[in-house]
Amino acid sequence: MPVRIQCEDFDSGREIAALRRGNSGIGAIASFIGVVRDVNDGERVAEMTLEHYPGMTEKSIAGIIDQAKARWRVFDALVVHRVGLLKPLDQIVLVVVTGAHRGDAFAACEFIMDYLKTRAPFWKKEQTVEGERWVEARASDDVAAERWRLKG
Amino acid sequence: MITVLYFARLREAFGTASEQIALPAGVRDLASLQELLRGRGGAWAEELAEGRPVRAAVNQDMARGDTRIADGDEIAFFPPVTGG
Repeated sequence: MPVRIQCEDFDSGREIAALRRGNSGIGAIASFIGVVRDVNDGERVAEMTLEHYPGMTEKSIAGIIDQAKARWRVFDALVVHRVGLLKPLDQIVLVVVTGAHRGDAFAACEFIMDYLKTRAPFWKKEQTVEGERWVEARASDDVAAERWRLKG
Repeated sequence: MITVLYFARLREAFGTASEQIALPAGVRDLASLQELLRGRGGAWAEELAEGRPVRAAVNQDMARGDTRIADGDEIAFFPPVTGG
């Protein structure tokens, strides 16, 4: 399954090993890991809760992976995203892309992450010393996703 | 009947995660459903007001105000996404 939503932590080494197993055509593996920071928008974050839309979240990420595969020469892609209660230092998301060459693997990995941030239904709620707050979407994430439309 | 789901801030504001609604005649797209819900007043009027950053999906695909809706559909309203 190229998309997994789970509460449990993930082991990126094991995930990469599983994705590349037996494919000697792979010459490049690009990966990204997002982790929980202890400060956001000037406030100390004690913990956060991630919520998703079961069904749609998996479907939208699978669609983003399909777009990446249509656009770049890559073999495979994997996205693991955690939900539930997370604390600073915890891993949130893993994206892995395998390809023959690094250029396409890097680009596809960054594209998947940029699109995930702006299109996949997840919501973060932070617990800070000031209390709970829903994280607001960032304009900079829209800009990051939008630039892929402009690129040839 | 349609199923309407609410997520994150909207779920908390409305005090419900989902409901079944009998689709009134004349409600054929997302914008008119949103207007119907706004008519409940209170948090509904406030959170679903025009100009508020609300996103929606019809049958688990991102949708816009002019997206058609029909009996049996699963509709979801939620704030802009913040994953990753």
